[in-house]
Amino acid sequence: MYKFILAARYLFKRRISYLAISAVALSVFVVLVVITVLNGISENFKGYIHQSIGDCVIHSKSLVGFGYYDEFLEELERQPYVAAASPVIKNYALISVRDSGGLSVYGDFTKEIIGIEPVSYSRVTGFSEWLGYNRENPQMVFRPWYDPNLPGCVPGIGFLFTRDKMGAYNTADSASPAAFEINCIPLTARGALARAGAGEFSSKTFYYSDHFQAGYSIDWRLFYIPFEDAQLLSGMGIGHKRISAIHIKFTPQTDLQAGCDKIKTLWNDFINTKSDAPYFNLLERASVQSWKEYSRMMVALVETQQTLMIFCFAMIGLIIVSIIFVVFDMIISHKSKDIGILKSIGTSNFSVISIFMLFALFISIAGSAIGTLAGWRFLVHINEIERWVFENFEFQLWDRSISSMGDIPNTMNFNSLLIILICSAGVCMLGALLPSFKASRAKCVDTLQVAQL
Amino acid sequence: MSKNITLLQTKDVHKSYKLGQAKINVLKGVDLEVKQGEFVAIIGASGSGKSTLLHILGALDKPDKGSVKFDGKDFNKASSAKLNHIRNKNVGFVFQFYHLLDELNVLENALVPKMAGTSVFGWFACRNRAIQRAKELLSQFGLEDRMKHKPYQLSGGERQRVAIARALMNEPKMLLADEPTGNLDSQTGNGILTVLERLNQAGQTIIMVTHDERIARMAQRTIKLADGVITETN
Repeated sequence: MYKFILAARYLFKRRISYLAISAVALSVFVVLVVITVLNGISENFKGYIHQSIGDCVIHSKSLVGFGYYDEFLEELERQPYVAAASPVIKNYALISVRDSGGLSVYGDFTKEIIGIEPVSYSRVTGFSEWLGYNRENPQMVFRPWYDPNLPGCVPGIGFLFTRDKMGAYNTADSASPAAFEINCIPLTARGALARAGAGEFSSKTFYYSDHFQAGYSIDWRLFYIPFEDAQLLSGMGIGHKRISAIHIKFTPQTDLQAGCDKIKTLWNDFINTKSDAPYFNLLERASVQSWKEYSRMMVALVETQQTLMIFCFAMIGLIIVSIIFVVFDMIISHKSKDIGILKSIGTSNFSVISIFMLFALFISIAGSAIGTLAGWRFLVHINEIERWVFENFEFQLWDRSISSMGDIPNTMNFNSLLIILICSAGVCMLGALLPSFKASRAKCVDTLQVAQL
Repeated sequence: MSKNITLLQTKDVHKSYKLGQAKINVLKGVDLEVKQGEFVAIIGASGSGKSTLLHILGALDKPDKGSVKFDGKDFNKASSAKLNHIRNKNVGFVFQFYHLLDELNVLENALVPKMAGTSVFGWFACRNRAIQRAKELLSQFGLEDRMKHKPYQLSGGERQRVAIARALMNEPKMLLADEPTGNLDSQTGNGILTVLERLNQAGQTIIMVTHDERIARMAQRTIKLADGVITETN
């Protein structure tokens, strides 16, 4: 009992304890804020990617694509764990803008074109939620309001508009009548140029009907057009009809990996039934991947940054261990008399260690509580603070006119907080261990004699 | 309490310290016997080894050679846990500089030996009785109004009385006092000696170290230590 009392009194009566508490509080604050923001960025990024892909993808890396997709889509519709599936055409195009309809875009660009059926694609992905004007009616997304008979297109918001310094796009209330000529190189099912000798490009002009904002780099890169048009432009609608990918969404109760495994089995069974069919080899080239596997390269970048940041925090942890070590060494040298007194009344070495370890635990609890509270309050107001700093000092955490990321993520993750608190306690105990051990080994007679001097 | 039962016995106790390259022999074969209920004063000049002897008698230090038997138990053969137990339950120390814990108040200082000797759960079982005893002891020494005070708020004499109350908390068989009046004026010192005398009259075994022969005369027996050996016993 006296251990608790003494440890608690050391905490409140020694000014140096406040230094240790401040060090712990500051570290918990910094780690909590940075981890929350970084985790938020990472989770948002993963969320955007997940939303743009669906749960599972069957895709071919070749621009030739694969066929028999209608049959497999029917097969997928029969599966109880599949909520929706949508065929997708992917290709690259040269886009010429000659009549911008008042937009500031002009010239020739290379973009990735995505041919979709907007309704089924919206069921699989977050496409309809990204739209500027047709969120409630994705079936109307390729019909320009100014002439619904014209073929519409949906460019990324980053391609059409610039952002202001606070990150807001200067969009208009409705789509302006801009025309985009899309030029593709069509390929046959064998991979040959479909229009060799007849002008190698296939071209069609599309009209700006809507734009999308997914929240990451695809806002600059992608250009959505109707499925059938994309199929024709890329040559996949000529002869043996093909697509680039099938995006699949599972029912909410389906586990991602289990669902993907079932799709793999289903796909393998399907291509086995087609072993004698023409262009069977294209089916073999297609692979089934979960959204995580499919976007591994992009996610890995963010995760690498996170790992690096954790390494940096481990360095901060070392500094805290050193501060706690120094503080405890000082406290224990000041408390040598107490150690002598306690030993003279029969306190064991272990009990002496316990007193100082409890003291370290109290420092960690006090410091963590203050750091967590301060971190939480700071995170709640982080965007307001950043705006205020920007308005007064022209400083931004990242340039909103360039980055696709808007507000600073500030949702605290309970698991991360728990890990931070456990690490804080561990670091304090580690810093206190050696001085406590040294104190326990002190000879009672020596400490009392020193205290007399 | 019978005065014929031997409580403490030392045989040929030697102790030396290293001071740089030099080895200083502080105790050079001390033989001593203290009966239960005795009040023994160990006197000697500064550096004669009397404090070292007291530390060895209280199991705070170990002799290089020789044996110390307390209540039939040989300190040399006891584990450190056993020695801790002996120090907690059977020996009470009173130091010249009081050595109170600055962070605790008077009552808590008196309670520390009881708390140190019990587990957390054990403490809650005996808490009320322990507090009652501590309050009785402190009241006995005229500190009933000082229980919530911190050591720095007390006079030297009051601090020493708190130290005596702490030493008596676990009803030890032996009270060891190292120059208990050495840091006090004569009037306050006399007050402390009266307390010790009264305790001895109540049957408490006391061994007191002092360099003052006048104070030593208050004890029933005086042992004179010079150059690490007992030169005279009265």
